[in-house]
Amino acid sequence: MLTFTIRRLILAIPTLLFISFVIFLIVKLSPSDPTAGLPLTIPPEVREQIRESLGVNDPLFVQYFKWLKLMVWDEPLHILQDATGWQIAPDGPRIISYQTRSPVMDLILQRMPQTLWVVGTSYIVGILIALPLGIISAYRQYSWFDQVGTLVSMIGFSVPTFFTGVLFIVIFAVNLGWFPSVYDTTLVVTGWDTFWLQVRQMIMPVMVLGLFNASQISRYMRASMLDNLNQDYVRTARAKGLREGTVVLVHVLRNSMIPVVTVIALNVPAVFGGAIITEQVFKVNGIGQLLIIAIQGGDVPVVQTVSVIFAVLIVLFNLIADILYGVLDPRIRYD
Amino acid sequence: MKRTSILLGAAATLACAPLAALADAHLSRGGSGHLNIIYWQAPSTLNPYLSGGTKEVESASLVLESLARFDETGTMVPWLASEIPTVENGGVSEDLTQITWTIADDITWSDGTALTPADLIFTWQYCTDPEGGCAQASYFDGVTSVEAVGANQVTITFNQPTPFPYTAFVGAESPIIQAAQFADCLGARAPECTEANFGPIGTGPFVVTDFRPNDVIEFAANENYRNPDQPYFATVTFKGGGDAAAAARSVLETGEFDYAWNLQIDPTILSQMEAQGNGTVVTAFGTSVERLHLNQTNPDPALGDLRSTVAGGAHPFLTDPVVGQAMSMAIDRALLVEVGYGAGGQATCNVLPAPDAYASTANDGCLVQDIAGAIALLDEAGHVDTDGDGIREYNGIPMSVLFQTSTNAVRQDAQALIKQWWAEIGIDAELRNIDASVFFGGDPASPDTFQKFFADIEMYTNNFAGVDPQAYMANWRCSDIPSPDTQWQGANIQRFCDPAYDALVDEMARTADLAERGRIAMAMNDMLMQSYSIIPLVHRGGVSAHANTLGGVRMSDWDSELWNIAEWHRIP
Repeated sequence: MLTFTIRRLILAIPTLLFISFVIFLIVKLSPSDPTAGLPLTIPPEVREQIRESLGVNDPLFVQYFKWLKLMVWDEPLHILQDATGWQIAPDGPRIISYQTRSPVMDLILQRMPQTLWVVGTSYIVGILIALPLGIISAYRQYSWFDQVGTLVSMIGFSVPTFFTGVLFIVIFAVNLGWFPSVYDTTLVVTGWDTFWLQVRQMIMPVMVLGLFNASQISRYMRASMLDNLNQDYVRTARAKGLREGTVVLVHVLRNSMIPVVTVIALNVPAVFGGAIITEQVFKVNGIGQLLIIAIQGGDVPVVQTVSVIFAVLIVLFNLIADILYGVLDPRIRYD
Repeated sequence: MKRTSILLGAAATLACAPLAALADAHLSRGGSGHLNIIYWQAPSTLNPYLSGGTKEVESASLVLESLARFDETGTMVPWLASEIPTVENGGVSEDLTQITWTIADDITWSDGTALTPADLIFTWQYCTDPEGGCAQASYFDGVTSVEAVGANQVTITFNQPTPFPYTAFVGAESPIIQAAQFADCLGARAPECTEANFGPIGTGPFVVTDFRPNDVIEFAANENYRNPDQPYFATVTFKGGGDAAAAARSVLETGEFDYAWNLQIDPTILSQMEAQGNGTVVTAFGTSVERLHLNQTNPDPALGDLRSTVAGGAHPFLTDPVVGQAMSMAIDRALLVEVGYGAGGQATCNVLPAPDAYASTANDGCLVQDIAGAIALLDEAGHVDTDGDGIREYNGIPMSVLFQTSTNAVRQDAQALIKQWWAEIGIDAELRNIDASVFFGGDPASPDTFQKFFADIEMYTNNFAGVDPQAYMANWRCSDIPSPDTQWQGANIQRFCDPAYDALVDEMARTADLAERGRIAMAMNDMLMQSYSIIPLVHRGGVSAHANTLGGVRMSDWDSELWNIAEWHRIP
């Protein structure tokens, strides 16, 4: 197992380098211009000077290697310095956003908490809804509960969040006035009243995303349970005289969880990636919103850095999912 | 029951008694409490010299100020200066090459130090540093020196007679930054000063307490503001992000915000929201005009590198004013306004619609749609349909045009309507839309930019900053035509060229008298309009909304919309 992990980690390095270069090329070669969003009253000579000062006109390879060096060496040192207070960070340039002219890593760190709170909570809520839903749906296949559950998850899966989000706002914020339609990112939880405000402003985005996550995971759960319920070992367990609860929740569930856990682990990077559309609808200042604003503004360093961090997380969680698979299922061995 | 009403009555009396006092309290520093503003595009920085976007300029205008500003009528108001310098009061030299501003007394930065000529000189150096990439550098065009005269005067010298010298340090786009704070941020070091860029020290009514790029800004009243009663609001939250419809909803429907900016949404939806009675939609008209440019050069792909260049030859039929005139007559501008702009638009027949002193009335005939007239005009000129396909031929060439614009719901609606009207007069249009970041991106390698104009007709909005149209009208000189030699830079998008027009441009650059400048500007506007190389459609205004409990809003399109925020207050 250990050698497998090490081998995979070493293999990840060229993969990530390749991914980062491809992302860089896609972003660079796409027709976008950091000065495109400026008013037309700003003359072309000035625009050219702005582009020059951003380093947009350097040769492609120079830009890529500059970025790569900062990404793998300088920026981690800066993060370490911020976290520990050791004076180890080099006093040179950092990866600077075209739009804000400030370090990209600071922007990401500033936005990570909101994304983890909102998207992370919605993921947990989604899992908590999905597991019982999937189990009961499978155990009582074709019952009214299964039918309703299937209907709800089909709706959750197929209706896009930009629709459900706006629908929720119109119903709960405009007509009923229960929840705020704009997420207040300056709110600091200091006591019970501010905690309640935080809960209120989180309910709508969390439920919109939670519904989507729950629909997806509950389908996997149901399918996996159905596969196992008809296996011979279930009949054996029942024949031994085990109680029905033990049969379903211990024997069947345990085996059914193997693929579901993998799916859950594989989707964790999406939590860090934020939810571009939902964050935009509710004005949550998370990573997803950062990415979309950067794409619209032609802000190459931000798009590049955020995408590569996603790539790292995806590679990492793929590895974790593979290892989990081996841990959960003793039949699977990689060595 | 009875006890409740007694209690209620007592409470009401208590509440009413101090009401008069309360009203006054709102008009003292910080007396109006908290103000919530939403800009659906979030500011990325608070240094307008590093960004140039409207969202950054306007958010920074709460903190950074200039010597003079423009009110809602476009009139210059002395702000940090004691008066507007003119030739009459001796502030502008007779030869029009120098202007001397006097800084008003007792202007201090929010850190308590005094505003001095050194800060103005530094601001000029900061923005003109060749490595800084200053977005507002055009405000300092032609400035050869900025020098201190005594303790509170500054003389700006231009390299040539400048009839309109109110550019540097005037308006929201060239504010004064503090020399002490930005001293180490000149040139290439500008982006390293994140702290200063995110929290500039200013002379304005508010100071920055928290800045989160592309998200939210918190402001508090400036304790050292020159007017002891202002600003009336104690704190401001400036939230960014989302979309225009959501911003309108948060002011007009849910009441979570007091002021929302740039609400370019379907006019019917906006008026439905306004009908709920929580807030008011306000508009301000500047110089923005949505217009069609008719390519005067030939965009035929067969020309290769000569496509849409003067060298490639004239357009087969769009250089004929009769064709442009017929196309213009066929358009129902009032309907375009109704469908796409609502209160935020007015039909116009001029590319220079404002200020009033420069607005011509010679072309107003276009306000009424006249399809029959357009048909008669083309028939009379002999451009008729000879092969029976419903499309007219111009000397044997079918009058089919490629009509492009940026991707935007309002523009696509307008395109569809215009295509239909042109079909009625026998001109065929193929529609195309291009993503705004590409269309306006100016990338010389892209074939889809508005400067390259690889189409027959294109539609977009342009305007000019400030109130003086000299530079703007100079856009249509022959020498400003984009071409491969200039990397497709140049503002004469439709490739209009007339020596008589160039002569007027030169004349305006020599004329200081305002009435005379107005006459020349109108003559230039009329010359462009009668060439029919530009067909103006809609005079566009800014559309914002404020809560009914917010008083003091005087929206100006000539400056930051928030230019008088110190006077905003809560209506009890």
